[in-house]
Amino acid sequence: MALSKIWVLAEANDGKVTTTTLELLTKARSLADTVEAIYGGGDADAIAGQLGEFGASKVYTTGDLAGALPGVPVSGAIAALVEGGNAPDAIIAATSYVGRDIAGRLSAKLDRTVITNNTDLEVDGSSLVTTEPVFGGTTDVKTTFTAAGPHLVLVRPKSFVAESAGGGAAAVETIAVPDGGKSAGAKVVNRHVEEREGPSLDEAAIVVSGGRGLGEQDKYALVEELAKLLSAAPGASRAIVDAGWVPYSYQVGQTGKVVKPTVYIAAGISGATQHMVGMKGSKNIIAINKDAEAPIFAVSDLGIVGDVHKVLPQLIEALKAR
Amino acid sequence: MNVVVCVKQIPDPADPGALDPTTKTLKRDGKLILDESDSYGVEMALQLVTTAGGGEVTLVSMAPNGEVSGLRTALAMGAAKAILVSDDALAGSDALGTAKVLAKAIQRVEGADLVLTATESSDGYTGTVPEQIAGLLDLPSVTFAKSISVEGSTVKIQRQTEAGYDDVECPLPALVSVTAGVVEPRYPSFKGIMAAKSKPVDTLTVADLGLDASQVGWAGAGQQIVSITEAPAREAGEVFEDDGTAAEKIVAFLDDLKVL
Repeated sequence: MALSKIWVLAEANDGKVTTTTLELLTKARSLADTVEAIYGGGDADAIAGQLGEFGASKVYTTGDLAGALPGVPVSGAIAALVEGGNAPDAIIAATSYVGRDIAGRLSAKLDRTVITNNTDLEVDGSSLVTTEPVFGGTTDVKTTFTAAGPHLVLVRPKSFVAESAGGGAAAVETIAVPDGGKSAGAKVVNRHVEEREGPSLDEAAIVVSGGRGLGEQDKYALVEELAKLLSAAPGASRAIVDAGWVPYSYQVGQTGKVVKPTVYIAAGISGATQHMVGMKGSKNIIAINKDAEAPIFAVSDLGIVGDVHKVLPQLIEALKAR
Repeated sequence: MNVVVCVKQIPDPADPGALDPTTKTLKRDGKLILDESDSYGVEMALQLVTTAGGGEVTLVSMAPNGEVSGLRTALAMGAAKAILVSDDALAGSDALGTAKVLAKAIQRVEGADLVLTATESSDGYTGTVPEQIAGLLDLPSVTFAKSISVEGSTVKIQRQTEAGYDDVECPLPALVSVTAGVVEPRYPSFKGIMAAKSKPVDTLTVADLGLDASQVGWAGAGQQIVSITEAPAREAGEVFEDDGTAAEKIVAFLDDLKVL
């Protein structure tokens, strides 16, 4: 049995729908008869084709948000639709900056719980059942909603594989954004893009990440050099991002990127829960760490108990010699 | 400048977590500590108050069994006082229920200019509570702040994004969630630890907050856990002590995968 209607919160950058949005649309198609998208931005016409191709029959758009952070205006617009009688069974968003902000606000506005960090969704009768991995992915918790819908769900990136449905462009419908009153006013005045070298973490076949075990910021150069030789994306644990060694855009983990490359090389990373969540889905994992007891070895296919300061330079030399 | 910081007291992450088989919630029966994620907000708040040249930092927390050990740590860092909401009726609260309790507690702090939270807790990590609190209090909000400064009645924030960061401005009063990199939390001094013992902690119940017990805890949670199962484990592969051949082994491994 399927639900009758699901809304997917769409995100896009530079006129291109994010892969996670396409993953969510793909999954939503298998759960509900009708899938529609909600989009907070001025370029809905540009993305309507892609949204339609992946299963959305319609996209509701707020129009340009004029620099406002999306939480207040987009949740306000959605709540107005729901309160006006146009309510889906569920609203699904990505565990992302935008998704969490909007879902949190919406939860308070509609007085509905929001179930977060999910990696799977299924329908049981008229309710959605969510799967959330806890304790670093060792345990799966399935949860269902007990109160009336719309049911709010946040899903982790890369939980599903995006597949085109071959549909035509989604119909674009502009929706009203209610006055945010006292809650309005947070405004982006300037954007800074931190350039990354090499392929993106999302798409690279190989990812080489460094952690605290590197000892000092300068040693991250070893990770970058190895990544370059392997045409890999350089990544990082939260610890060294927090320490300011590399920009946030390098972070792999619960609060960073979720990656599933063919090979993941963890250099000087012990394997905190927060990190494992972001890389456990990799097809092959190589770990280099001084501590034989490090949790990373429990998930690695090839584990080296050793000093990254010795192993990485040797590996770099060996690759250069080929 | 008066700043309220929401702090969570959690089981020590060094001890492996467990779910209670009967209630299907995280076990929180042992001693609780200050969530490290919250120490950044406490430090940020103390620095903002110092820069402003006046005001104080008030902590707000919700915890079972009147637990105060995590609060004492934050008081020792320099917070002036704390509100603790502790009530058996709160067991089983979801993120929205938690936000309702914290929002009511925050409303009891007079003259709060800014509410700080972490981006997510280290044990439950739903990451929705900050926006839920802001929504309930009708406050503007900025999440994922990696730098905060206050100029007059505006808070200026560098907000982490997928691509880098945004400069964001927001009118006060406001709620801001801070990342772990925002500042280096101070260690409590001996003097601070001694002083913390006599700082006021106002312990309240759900009824004290004027909340109906049906809105919180198991009763208010619009969700129910249906099953807890072990996830399919990833098989650990071979682990070698490096004897100087580690690089060779890695190259051979990559060769087998045909990725070189």
